[in-house]
Amino acid sequence: MSLFDVFNVAGSAMAAQSKRLNVVASNLANADSVTSSDGQPYKAKQVVFTAVQMGSDSSTGVKVSAVVDDPGPPQLVYKPNHPLADANGYVAMPNVNVVDEMVNMISATRAYQSNVDVANNAKTMLAKALTIGQ
Amino acid sequence: MAAGLDELLNVQASALQVREARQGLLASNLANADTPNYKARDINFSATLQKVAQARQGPNAPLPLTTTSPAHQIGKNAGADLISGSTQYRNDEQGSIDGNNVDVDYERGQLGDNSAHYEATVTLITAQIHNMLAVIQS
Repeated sequence: MSLFDVFNVAGSAMAAQSKRLNVVASNLANADSVTSSDGQPYKAKQVVFTAVQMGSDSSTGVKVSAVVDDPGPPQLVYKPNHPLADANGYVAMPNVNVVDEMVNMISATRAYQSNVDVANNAKTMLAKALTIGQ
Repeated sequence: MAAGLDELLNVQASALQVREARQGLLASNLANADTPNYKARDINFSATLQKVAQARQGPNAPLPLTTTSPAHQIGKNAGADLISGSTQYRNDEQGSIDGNNVDVDYERGQLGDNSAHYEATVTLITAQIHNMLAVIQS
């Protein structure tokens, strides 16, 4: 274990959190996408975080092991005039919960910030160590 | 009191090593603050420092290995094994349904505490070196 491992660990977390932020952006951008390339409404996506060993056994980073589709059902909205409405007048809208996504976004941002802090902290410590004997 | 000049900084050097390892553990905890089933880990600093410092001095201290060929392997630092052996899981303060027990506020507090102590140790080492120089030069 050396302090340089901290950069790898914090860096892996920053990368993972920014992927999460990317997914949130996709979900929010497609909150109203009624169709996609397969003809189905857009499905909300979620990242899966997994801990990974980095360098020595005391440093554990994180990675996005998978991006999964939210299995929730599409939201049915009554819009009889919509060209994609079914026989009963309902349109299947994406299963994106905008409030959930906003919360996810704040959480990812804060986690990213605290990892930047960790990396800065390690940098300060290393700079201090360089002053030994001066 | 330490016997030789090389042993004067033994405790401080061990302290830096343990602080470094602890910083890595705390960074891992923060990195995995959102990972399901991740359990926060830490080390008991004083107990680990005692073990590492004891391993470095006294009759059981590892002798420096002479290497006369590039194929010779240099002895591993005894402290590293001791530190990874004393890693413990944190007790659940507020468990969550995804099995993660990282408390971000606590970890950040400990991170600040650890780096402040690390810098204090570095300052102490520098002061001690200045003391030694003063004795040598006077």
